[in-house]
Amino acid sequence: MKYIKTISGSNMKDTILKGGCGECQTSCQSACKTSCTVGNQKCENR
Amino acid sequence: MDGRIHKFNLNNRNIVLDINSGAVHVVDDVVYHILDYYSTRSLEEIIDLLKDRFDGNTIKEAYDEIKILIDNGVLYSEETSTMNKIKYNEDNVVKALCLHVAHDCNLRCKYCFASQGDFKGDRSLMNLEVGKRALEFLVENSANRRNLEVDFFGGEPLMNFELVKELVYYGRELENKSNKHFRFTITTNGLLLDDEKIDFINEHMDNVVMSLDGRKEINDNMRKTVSGQGSYDVILPKFKALIEKRGDKDYYIRGTFTSYNLDFSKDALDFYEKGFKKISIEPVVTEPDEEYALREEHIETILAEYESFSKDYIEIKKKDKDFLFFHFMIDLDQGPCIAKRVTGCGAGAEYMAVTPEGDLYPCHQFVGDENFKIGNVFSGIEKDELREEFKEANVLNKDECRSCWARYYCSGGCHANAYNTNRDIMKPYKIGCEMEKKRIECAISILANLLE
Repeated sequence: MKYIKTISGSNMKDTILKGGCGECQTSCQSACKTSCTVGNQKCENR
Repeated sequence: MDGRIHKFNLNNRNIVLDINSGAVHVVDDVVYHILDYYSTRSLEEIIDLLKDRFDGNTIKEAYDEIKILIDNGVLYSEETSTMNKIKYNEDNVVKALCLHVAHDCNLRCKYCFASQGDFKGDRSLMNLEVGKRALEFLVENSANRRNLEVDFFGGEPLMNFELVKELVYYGRELENKSNKHFRFTITTNGLLLDDEKIDFINEHMDNVVMSLDGRKEINDNMRKTVSGQGSYDVILPKFKALIEKRGDKDYYIRGTFTSYNLDFSKDALDFYEKGFKKISIEPVVTEPDEEYALREEHIETILAEYESFSKDYIEIKKKDKDFLFFHFMIDLDQGPCIAKRVTGCGAGAEYMAVTPEGDLYPCHQFVGDENFKIGNVFSGIEKDELREEFKEANVLNKDECRSCWARYYCSGGCHANAYNTNRDIMKPYKIGCEMEKKRIECAISILANLLE
Protein backbone atom coordinates (compact mmCIF):
# COMPACT_ATOMS: atom_id res chain seq x y z
CA MET A 1 0.00 0.00 0.00
CA LYS A 2 1.31 3.40 -1.00
CA TYR A 3 -1.09 5.66 0.88
CA ILE A 4 -2.31 3.53 3.77
CA LYS A 5 -0.50 1.82 6.62
CA THR A 6 -2.66 -0.54 8.66
CA ILE A 7 -1.41 -0.59 12.25
CA SER A 8 -4.04 -3.01 13.45
CA GLY A 9 -5.97 -5.30 11.19
CA SER A 10 -7.48 -7.19 14.06
CA ASN A 11 -11.03 -8.17 13.51
CA MET A 12 -12.88 -7.87 16.77
CA LYS A 13 -15.88 -9.60 15.30
CA ASP A 14 -13.98 -12.89 15.27
CA THR A 15 -13.74 -12.71 19.05
CA ILE A 16 -17.48 -13.21 19.35
CA LEU A 17 -16.89 -16.87 18.69
CA LYS A 18 -14.12 -17.51 21.17
CA GLY A 19 -14.35 -14.56 23.53
CA GLY A 20 -16.20 -13.89 26.72
CA CYS A 21 -14.32 -16.28 29.01
CA GLY A 22 -14.49 -13.65 31.75
CA GLU A 23 -11.02 -14.31 33.12
CA CYS A 24 -9.67 -10.84 32.41
CA GLN A 25 -9.30 -8.17 35.01
CA THR A 26 -12.31 -6.14 36.05
CA SER A 27 -11.38 -2.86 34.47
CA CYS A 28 -12.14 -0.60 37.39
CA GLN A 29 -9.90 -2.58 39.71
CA SER A 30 -6.72 -1.92 37.81
CA ALA A 31 -5.96 1.71 38.46
CA CYS A 32 -8.78 4.09 38.05
CA LYS A 33 -11.57 3.13 40.45
CA THR A 34 -13.58 5.85 38.76
CA SER A 35 -13.56 5.93 35.00
CA CYS A 36 -14.32 2.82 33.06
CA THR A 37 -11.92 2.17 30.23
CA VAL A 38 -11.89 -1.26 28.73
CA GLY A 39 -9.88 -0.86 25.53
CA ASN A 40 -6.63 -0.92 27.48
CA GLN A 41 -7.24 -4.15 29.35
CA LYS A 42 -5.32 -7.32 28.56
CA CYS A 43 -6.92 -10.48 27.25
CA GLU A 44 -6.13 -13.54 29.39
CA ASN A 45 -7.12 -16.02 26.74
CA ARG A 46 -4.47 -15.74 24.03
CA MET B 1 -18.83 11.29 8.77
CA ASP B 2 -20.03 7.82 7.85
CA GLY B 3 -21.06 6.11 11.10
CA ARG B 4 -18.92 3.06 10.38
CA ILE B 5 -15.59 4.86 10.59
CA HIS B 6 -13.99 7.53 12.74
CA LYS B 7 -11.08 9.64 11.50
CA PHE B 8 -8.96 12.26 13.18
CA ASN B 9 -5.63 14.00 12.87
CA LEU B 10 -3.46 14.11 15.95
CA ASN B 11 0.27 14.22 16.56
CA ASN B 12 1.02 14.51 12.84
CA ARG B 13 -0.91 11.41 11.88
CA ASN B 14 -4.14 10.93 9.96
CA ILE B 15 -5.82 8.04 11.70
CA VAL B 16 -8.85 6.07 10.57
CA LEU B 17 -10.68 3.63 12.83
CA ASP B 18 -12.95 1.02 11.40
CA ILE B 19 -15.38 0.92 14.28
CA ASN B 20 -16.90 -2.52 13.89
CA SER B 21 -13.77 -4.51 13.08
CA GLY B 22 -11.46 -2.55 15.38
CA ALA B 23 -8.94 -2.08 12.56
CA VAL B 24 -6.79 1.06 12.66
CA HIS B 25 -5.12 2.69 9.67
CA VAL B 26 -2.67 5.56 9.32
CA VAL B 27 -3.36 7.25 5.99
CA ASP B 28 -1.94 9.92 3.71
CA ASP B 29 -3.76 13.20 3.21
CA VAL B 30 -5.30 12.06 -0.05
CA VAL B 31 -6.97 9.06 1.56
CA TYR B 32 -8.05 11.16 4.53
CA HIS B 33 -9.87 13.55 2.22
CA ILE B 34 -11.35 10.92 -0.06
CA LEU B 35 -12.97 9.33 2.99
CA ASP B 36 -15.08 12.47 3.44
CA TYR B 37 -16.92 11.45 0.28
CA TYR B 38 -16.21 7.79 -0.33
CA SER B 39 -19.52 6.35 0.80
CA THR B 40 -21.70 8.96 -0.91
CA ARG B 41 -19.92 10.02 -4.11
CA SER B 42 -18.54 8.35 -7.25
CA LEU B 43 -14.82 8.31 -8.05
CA GLU B 44 -15.37 10.91 -10.80
CA GLU B 45 -17.17 13.22 -8.40
CA ILE B 46 -14.41 12.83 -5.81
CA ILE B 47 -11.72 13.61 -8.39
CA ASP B 48 -13.63 16.75 -9.22
CA LEU B 49 -14.16 17.72 -5.57
CA LEU B 50 -10.49 17.28 -4.69
CA LYS B 51 -8.91 18.43 -7.97
CA ASP B 52 -7.38 21.54 -6.40
CA ARG B 53 -5.50 19.47 -3.83
CA PHE B 54 -4.52 16.22 -5.57
CA ASP B 55 -4.07 15.07 -9.14
CA GLY B 56 -6.54 12.62 -10.60
CA ASN B 57 -4.10 9.73 -10.80
CA THR B 58 -3.18 9.99 -7.13
CA ILE B 59 -6.83 10.06 -6.17
CA LYS B 60 -7.51 7.02 -8.30
CA GLU B 61 -4.63 5.04 -6.72
CA ALA B 62 -5.70 5.97 -3.20
CA TYR B 63 -9.31 5.14 -4.03
CA ASP B 64 -8.25 1.67 -5.14
CA GLU B 65 -6.35 1.11 -1.90
CA ILE B 66 -9.46 2.06 0.09
CA LYS B 67 -11.39 -0.51 -1.89
CA ILE B 68 -8.88 -3.23 -0.97
CA LEU B 69 -9.39 -2.49 2.73
CA ILE B 70 -13.14 -2.68 2.30
CA ASP B 71 -12.84 -6.00 0.49
CA ASN B 72 -10.69 -7.26 3.37
CA GLY B 73 -13.36 -6.29 5.90
CA VAL B 74 -11.26 -3.67 7.67
CA LEU B 75 -12.92 -0.47 6.49
CA TYR B 76 -16.60 0.49 6.41
CA SER B 77 -17.34 -2.89 7.92
CA GLU B 78 -20.83 -3.48 9.23
CA GLU B 79 -21.72 -4.43 12.77
CA THR B 80 -21.89 -8.17 12.99
CA SER B 81 -25.42 -9.53 13.02
CA THR B 82 -24.49 -11.83 15.87
CA MET B 83 -23.78 -8.91 18.21
CA ASN B 84 -27.15 -9.23 19.88
CA LYS B 85 -26.35 -12.85 20.64
CA ILE B 86 -23.75 -11.80 23.19
CA LYS B 87 -25.22 -12.87 26.49
CA TYR B 88 -23.71 -11.13 29.43
CA ASN B 89 -23.20 -13.05 32.64
CA GLU B 90 -26.26 -15.24 32.34
CA ASP B 91 -24.98 -17.33 35.25
CA ASN B 92 -24.67 -14.29 37.51
CA VAL B 93 -21.03 -14.95 38.19
CA VAL B 94 -19.30 -12.66 40.70
CA LYS B 95 -15.54 -12.65 40.24
CA ALA B 96 -14.30 -9.40 41.74
CA LEU B 97 -14.90 -7.70 45.05
CA CYS B 98 -13.91 -4.35 46.41
CA LEU B 99 -13.56 -4.96 50.12
CA HIS B 100 -14.18 -1.91 52.27
CA VAL B 101 -12.09 -3.14 55.15
CA ALA B 102 -12.23 0.24 56.88
CA HIS B 103 -14.98 2.80 56.70
CA ASP B 104 -12.66 5.25 58.28
CA CYS B 105 -9.83 7.35 57.00
CA ASN B 106 -6.83 9.18 58.39
CA LEU B 107 -6.97 11.86 55.72
CA ARG B 108 -9.69 14.43 55.09
CA CYS B 109 -9.55 14.88 51.32
CA LYS B 110 -11.94 17.59 50.25
CA TYR B 111 -13.20 15.72 47.20
CA CYS B 112 -13.70 12.35 48.90
CA PHE B 113 -16.71 10.56 47.41
CA ALA B 114 -16.79 8.46 50.59
CA SER B 115 -17.58 11.35 52.91
CA GLN B 116 -14.02 11.38 54.33
CA GLY B 117 -14.06 7.64 54.71
CA ASP B 118 -17.27 6.83 56.55
CA PHE B 119 -19.53 6.64 53.45
CA LYS B 120 -22.12 8.68 55.33
CA GLY B 121 -22.43 6.00 58.03
CA ASP B 122 -20.63 5.28 61.27
CA ARG B 123 -16.87 4.91 61.18
CA SER B 124 -16.26 1.18 61.32
CA LEU B 125 -13.78 -1.57 60.53
CA MET B 126 -14.61 -4.87 58.85
CA ASN B 127 -14.17 -7.85 61.17
CA LEU B 128 -12.63 -11.20 60.32
CA GLU B 129 -15.97 -13.03 60.15
CA VAL B 130 -17.34 -10.65 57.50
CA GLY B 131 -14.04 -10.62 55.60
CA LYS B 132 -13.78 -14.39 55.45
CA ARG B 133 -17.41 -14.70 54.46
CA ALA B 134 -16.83 -12.20 51.63
CA LEU B 135 -14.04 -14.37 50.21
CA GLU B 136 -16.22 -17.47 50.54
CA PHE B 137 -19.08 -15.63 48.83
CA LEU B 138 -16.72 -14.83 45.96
CA VAL B 139 -15.56 -18.43 45.59
CA GLU B 140 -19.14 -19.73 45.78
CA ASN B 141 -20.43 -17.28 43.17
CA SER B 142 -17.54 -17.47 40.73
CA ALA B 143 -18.70 -20.62 38.87
CA ASN B 144 -15.88 -21.72 36.55
CA ARG B 145 -13.86 -18.49 36.71
CA ARG B 146 -10.42 -19.19 38.05
CA ASN B 147 -9.03 -15.68 38.47
CA LEU B 148 -10.76 -13.87 41.31
CA GLU B 149 -9.96 -10.29 42.26
CA VAL B 150 -10.08 -8.72 45.65
CA ASP B 151 -9.17 -5.08 46.14
CA PHE B 152 -8.58 -3.96 49.70
CA PHE B 153 -10.19 -0.59 49.80
CA GLY B 154 -11.60 1.82 52.30
CA GLY B 155 -11.73 4.42 53.62
CA GLU B 156 -8.14 3.62 54.23
CA PRO B 157 -7.34 -0.10 54.28
CA LEU B 158 -4.07 0.28 56.18
CA MET B 159 -6.20 1.27 59.21
CA ASN B 160 -7.27 -2.38 59.29
CA PHE B 161 -4.10 -4.00 58.05
CA GLU B 162 -4.17 -7.00 60.39
CA LEU B 163 -7.44 -7.99 58.72
CA VAL B 164 -5.88 -7.50 55.29
CA LYS B 165 -3.11 -9.94 56.24
CA GLU B 166 -5.54 -12.47 57.72
CA LEU B 167 -7.67 -12.35 54.58
CA VAL B 168 -4.72 -12.83 52.26
CA TYR B 169 -3.73 -15.95 54.23
CA TYR B 170 -7.34 -17.16 54.25
CA GLY B 171 -7.57 -16.54 50.52
CA ARG B 172 -4.50 -18.72 49.95
CA GLU B 173 -6.18 -21.51 51.95
CA LEU B 174 -9.33 -21.19 49.85
CA GLU B 175 -7.27 -21.28 46.66
CA ASN B 176 -5.92 -24.68 47.55
CA LYS B 177 -9.36 -26.06 48.29
CA SER B 178 -11.21 -24.58 45.35
CA ASN B 179 -8.72 -24.39 42.46
CA LYS B 180 -9.11 -20.64 42.29
CA HIS B 181 -6.51 -17.94 42.06
CA PHE B 182 -6.92 -14.75 44.07
CA ARG B 183 -5.41 -11.57 42.74
CA PHE B 184 -5.13 -9.24 45.67
CA THR B 185 -4.71 -5.52 45.20
CA ILE B 186 -4.78 -2.60 47.59
CA THR B 187 -5.73 1.05 47.17
CA THR B 188 -4.12 3.20 49.85
CA ASN B 189 -3.28 6.76 50.78
CA GLY B 190 0.03 5.51 52.17
CA LEU B 191 -0.01 7.43 55.43
CA LEU B 192 0.42 4.33 57.60
CA LEU B 193 2.96 2.57 55.39
CA ASP B 194 6.02 1.22 57.17
CA ASP B 195 8.65 -1.35 56.21
CA GLU B 196 6.60 -4.29 57.40
CA LYS B 197 3.49 -3.24 55.49
CA ILE B 198 5.52 -2.40 52.39
CA ASP B 199 7.11 -5.87 52.43
CA PHE B 200 3.74 -7.58 52.87
CA ILE B 201 2.15 -5.55 50.08
CA ASN B 202 5.04 -6.16 47.74
CA GLU B 203 4.95 -9.86 48.41
CA HIS B 204 1.21 -10.45 48.23
CA MET B 205 -0.49 -7.72 46.22
CA ASP B 206 -0.61 -8.12 42.43
CA ASN B 207 -1.16 -4.40 42.13
CA VAL B 208 -1.03 -1.48 44.50
CA VAL B 209 -2.81 1.78 43.79
CA MET B 210 -1.19 4.65 45.66
CA SER B 211 -3.31 7.76 46.03
CA LEU B 212 -1.49 11.10 45.74
CA ASP B 213 -2.26 14.08 43.54
CA GLY B 214 0.95 15.01 41.80
CA ARG B 215 2.47 18.38 42.58
CA LYS B 216 2.83 19.13 46.27
CA GLU B 217 0.72 22.27 46.22
CA ILE B 218 -2.06 20.54 44.28
CA ASN B 219 -2.02 17.56 46.61
CA ASP B 220 -1.90 19.58 49.78
CA ASN B 221 -4.80 21.78 48.74
CA MET B 222 -7.12 18.78 48.59
CA ARG B 223 -5.53 15.95 50.56
CA LYS B 224 -5.34 17.13 54.16
CA THR B 225 -4.48 15.34 57.35
CA VAL B 226 -7.04 15.20 60.14
CA SER B 227 -5.45 18.30 61.63
CA GLY B 228 -5.77 20.15 58.34
CA GLN B 229 -2.13 19.96 57.24
CA GLY B 230 -0.90 18.99 53.79
CA SER B 231 -0.11 15.29 53.50
CA TYR B 232 2.46 15.31 50.68
CA ASP B 233 5.72 15.47 52.59
CA VAL B 234 4.76 12.60 54.86
CA ILE B 235 3.45 10.33 52.12
CA LEU B 236 5.78 10.79 49.17
CA PRO B 237 8.83 9.14 50.81
CA LYS B 238 6.69 6.16 51.81
CA PHE B 239 5.47 5.59 48.26
CA LYS B 240 9.00 5.97 46.97
CA ALA B 241 10.18 3.36 49.45
CA LEU B 242 7.41 1.02 48.31
CA ILE B 243 8.26 1.18 44.61
CA GLU B 244 11.99 0.93 45.25
CA LYS B 245 11.37 -2.50 46.74
CA ARG B 246 8.61 -3.55 44.36
CA GLY B 247 10.68 -4.95 41.51
CA ASP B 248 8.72 -5.32 38.31
CA LYS B 249 5.33 -5.93 39.92
CA ASP B 250 2.47 -3.67 38.98
CA TYR B 251 1.66 -0.46 40.75
CA TYR B 252 -0.04 2.80 39.92
CA ILE B 253 0.45 6.13 41.53
CA ARG B 254 -2.98 7.59 41.15
CA GLY B 255 -3.96 11.21 41.34
CA THR B 256 -7.29 12.93 41.03
CA PHE B 257 -7.73 16.07 39.02
CA THR B 258 -10.42 18.65 39.67
CA SER B 259 -11.32 22.06 38.29
CA TYR B 260 -8.41 23.37 40.39
CA ASN B 261 -5.77 21.54 38.34
CA LEU B 262 -6.95 21.36 34.77
CA ASP B 263 -3.22 21.40 33.89
CA PHE B 264 -3.00 17.89 35.33
CA SER B 265 -0.32 16.74 32.90
CA LYS B 266 2.07 18.69 35.12
CA ASP B 267 1.06 16.39 37.96
CA ALA B 268 1.73 13.32 35.86
CA LEU B 269 5.11 14.71 34.81
CA ASP B 270 5.91 15.64 38.39
CA PHE B 271 5.32 12.02 39.40
CA TYR B 272 7.64 10.91 36.60
CA GLU B 273 10.36 13.28 37.72
CA LYS B 274 10.04 11.85 41.22
CA GLY B 275 10.73 8.35 39.89
CA PHE B 276 7.24 6.95 39.40
CA LYS B 277 6.70 5.24 36.04
CA LYS B 278 3.15 3.91 36.21
CA ILE B 279 0.80 6.79 36.55
CA SER B 280 -2.92 7.37 36.52
CA ILE B 281 -4.53 10.77 36.89
CA GLU B 282 -8.29 10.51 37.13
CA PRO B 283 -11.07 13.03 36.77
CA VAL B 284 -12.85 13.70 40.05
CA VAL B 285 -16.20 11.97 40.57
CA THR B 286 -18.60 14.22 42.40
CA GLU B 287 -21.90 16.03 42.31
CA PRO B 288 -21.89 18.77 39.64
CA ASP B 289 -22.54 21.62 42.06
CA GLU B 290 -19.26 21.25 43.96
CA GLU B 291 -16.82 24.08 43.25
CA TYR B 292 -14.04 21.63 42.37
CA ALA B 293 -16.31 19.61 40.02
CA LEU B 294 -15.49 19.34 36.33
CA ARG B 295 -18.13 21.19 34.34
CA GLU B 296 -18.93 21.62 30.67
CA GLU B 297 -17.10 24.95 30.62
CA HIS B 298 -13.88 23.03 31.42
CA ILE B 299 -14.14 20.48 28.61
CA GLU B 300 -12.19 22.41 26.01
CA THR B 301 -9.29 23.00 28.41
CA ILE B 302 -9.25 19.37 29.55
CA LEU B 303 -9.22 18.01 25.99
CA ALA B 304 -6.39 20.37 25.03
CA GLU B 305 -4.52 19.21 28.13
CA TYR B 306 -4.80 15.55 27.08
CA GLU B 307 -3.56 16.44 23.59
CA SER B 308 -0.66 18.43 24.92
CA PHE B 309 0.25 15.64 27.34
CA SER B 310 0.15 13.11 24.50
CA LYS B 311 2.95 15.05 22.75
CA ASP B 312 5.11 14.99 25.88
CA TYR B 313 4.23 11.34 26.34
CA ILE B 314 5.50 10.37 22.88
CA GLU B 315 8.83 12.08 23.54
CA ILE B 316 9.31 10.46 26.96
CA LYS B 317 8.17 7.10 25.69
CA LYS B 318 10.81 7.12 22.95
CA LYS B 319 13.46 7.23 25.68
CA ASP B 320 11.73 5.27 28.42
CA LYS B 321 9.42 2.46 27.42
CA ASP B 322 8.46 1.80 31.04
CA PHE B 323 6.64 5.12 31.36
CA LEU B 324 2.90 4.44 31.47
CA PHE B 325 -0.12 6.67 31.74
CA PHE B 326 -3.12 4.46 32.40
CA HIS B 327 -5.45 6.20 29.97
CA PHE B 328 -2.94 6.31 27.14
CA MET B 329 -2.34 2.57 27.21
CA ILE B 330 -3.92 0.65 24.40
CA ASP B 331 -3.16 -2.67 22.81
CA LEU B 332 -4.82 -2.87 19.46
CA ASP B 333 -3.96 -6.48 18.74
CA GLN B 334 -4.05 -8.25 22.10
CA GLY B 335 -6.81 -6.24 23.71
CA PRO B 336 -10.10 -7.47 25.09
CA CYS B 337 -12.65 -9.48 23.14
CA ILE B 338 -15.88 -7.99 21.88
CA ALA B 339 -17.88 -9.46 24.77
CA LYS B 340 -15.73 -7.58 27.25
CA ARG B 341 -15.84 -4.42 25.16
CA VAL B 342 -19.61 -4.48 25.05
CA THR B 343 -20.21 -5.15 28.71
CA GLY B 344 -17.83 -2.77 30.40
CA CYS B 345 -16.79 -2.57 34.01
CA GLY B 346 -19.04 -5.30 35.36
CA ALA B 347 -20.27 -3.32 38.36
CA GLY B 348 -23.39 -4.75 39.94
CA ALA B 349 -22.89 -8.00 38.05
CA GLU B 350 -19.45 -9.59 38.22
CA TYR B 351 -17.98 -6.84 40.37
CA MET B 352 -19.38 -5.70 43.71
CA ALA B 353 -18.31 -3.79 46.78
CA VAL B 354 -18.61 -5.11 50.34
CA THR B 355 -19.06 -2.82 53.35
CA PRO B 356 -17.65 -3.54 56.83
CA GLU B 357 -21.09 -4.93 57.71
CA GLY B 358 -21.02 -7.31 54.74
CA ASP B 359 -23.55 -5.40 52.66
CA LEU B 360 -23.10 -5.66 48.90
CA TYR B 361 -23.31 -2.70 46.53
CA PRO B 362 -22.86 -2.57 42.74
CA CYS B 363 -19.50 -0.89 43.23
CA HIS B 364 -17.54 1.21 45.71
CA GLN B 365 -18.99 4.41 44.28
CA PHE B 366 -22.54 3.47 45.27
CA VAL B 367 -21.75 2.45 48.84
CA GLY B 368 -23.70 4.52 51.32
CA ASP B 369 -26.76 4.97 49.12
CA GLU B 370 -29.26 2.49 50.59
CA ASN B 371 -31.22 2.37 47.34
CA PHE B 372 -28.27 0.57 45.82
CA LYS B 373 -27.78 -2.04 48.50
CA ILE B 374 -27.98 -5.19 46.42
CA GLY B 375 -27.52 -7.87 49.09
CA ASN B 376 -25.24 -9.15 51.82
CA VAL B 377 -22.40 -11.66 51.86
CA PHE B 378 -24.29 -13.77 54.41
CA SER B 379 -27.71 -13.75 52.78
CA GLY B 380 -26.63 -13.37 49.15
CA ILE B 381 -28.12 -11.20 46.43
CA GLU B 382 -31.47 -9.80 47.51
CA LYS B 383 -32.26 -7.39 44.69
CA ASP B 384 -32.15 -9.40 41.49
CA GLU B 385 -33.85 -6.58 39.61
CA LEU B 386 -31.06 -4.16 40.52
CA ARG B 387 -28.46 -6.63 39.28
CA GLU B 388 -30.41 -6.94 36.01
CA GLU B 389 -30.48 -3.16 35.64
CA PHE B 390 -26.71 -3.00 35.89
CA LYS B 391 -26.27 -5.93 33.51
CA GLU B 392 -28.48 -4.20 30.97
CA ALA B 393 -26.56 -0.92 31.23
CA ASN B 394 -24.16 -1.62 28.39
CA VAL B 395 -23.26 -0.12 25.03
CA LEU B 396 -25.79 -2.22 23.17
CA ASN B 397 -28.63 -0.75 25.22
CA LYS B 398 -27.60 2.83 25.95
CA ASP B 399 -29.00 5.11 23.24
CA GLU B 400 -26.09 7.51 23.26
CA CYS B 401 -23.53 4.71 23.07
CA ARG B 402 -25.13 2.91 20.13
CA SER B 403 -24.00 5.56 17.67
CA CYS B 404 -20.74 6.54 19.38
CA TRP B 405 -17.51 5.65 17.58
CA ALA B 406 -15.78 4.98 20.90
CA ARG B 407 -18.25 2.40 22.18
CA TYR B 408 -15.92 -0.58 21.91
CA TYR B 409 -13.06 1.20 23.70
CA CYS B 410 -14.88 2.85 26.58
CA SER B 411 -17.66 0.30 26.95
CA GLY B 412 -20.28 2.68 28.19
CA GLY B 413 -18.47 4.62 30.86
CA CYS B 414 -18.77 4.70 34.62
CA HIS B 415 -22.22 3.98 36.08
CA ALA B 416 -21.52 6.18 39.09
CA ASN B 417 -20.64 9.11 36.87
CA ALA B 418 -23.85 8.58 34.93
CA TYR B 419 -25.92 8.36 38.08
CA ASN B 420 -24.30 11.36 39.75
CA THR B 421 -25.02 13.64 36.83
CA ASN B 422 -28.21 12.22 35.32
CA ARG B 423 -29.72 10.07 38.08
CA ASP B 424 -29.83 7.32 35.49
CA ILE B 425 -27.17 4.69 34.85
CA MET B 426 -28.40 4.43 31.24
CA LYS B 427 -27.51 8.06 30.47
CA PRO B 428 -23.75 8.52 30.16
CA TYR B 429 -21.91 11.41 31.80
CA LYS B 430 -21.27 13.79 28.93
CA ILE B 431 -18.00 15.26 30.20
CA GLY B 432 -16.73 11.73 30.84
CA CYS B 433 -17.59 10.76 27.26
CA GLU B 434 -15.73 13.73 25.81
CA MET B 435 -12.66 13.00 27.93
CA GLU B 436 -12.68 9.32 27.11
CA LYS B 437 -12.95 9.93 23.37
CA LYS B 438 -10.00 12.30 23.50
CA ARG B 439 -7.95 9.85 25.57
CA ILE B 440 -8.59 7.09 23.02
CA GLU B 441 -7.55 9.37 20.16
CA CYS B 442 -4.43 10.31 22.08
CA ALA B 443 -3.64 6.67 22.86
CA ILE B 444 -3.95 5.58 19.23
CA SER B 445 -1.96 8.55 17.92
CA ILE B 446 0.77 7.76 20.44
CA LEU B 447 0.88 4.20 19.22
CA ALA B 448 0.99 5.34 15.60
CA ASN B 449 4.00 7.51 16.40
CA LEU B 450 5.84 4.91 18.44
CA LEU B 451 5.38 2.12 15.92
CA GLU B 452 7.54 3.94 13.40
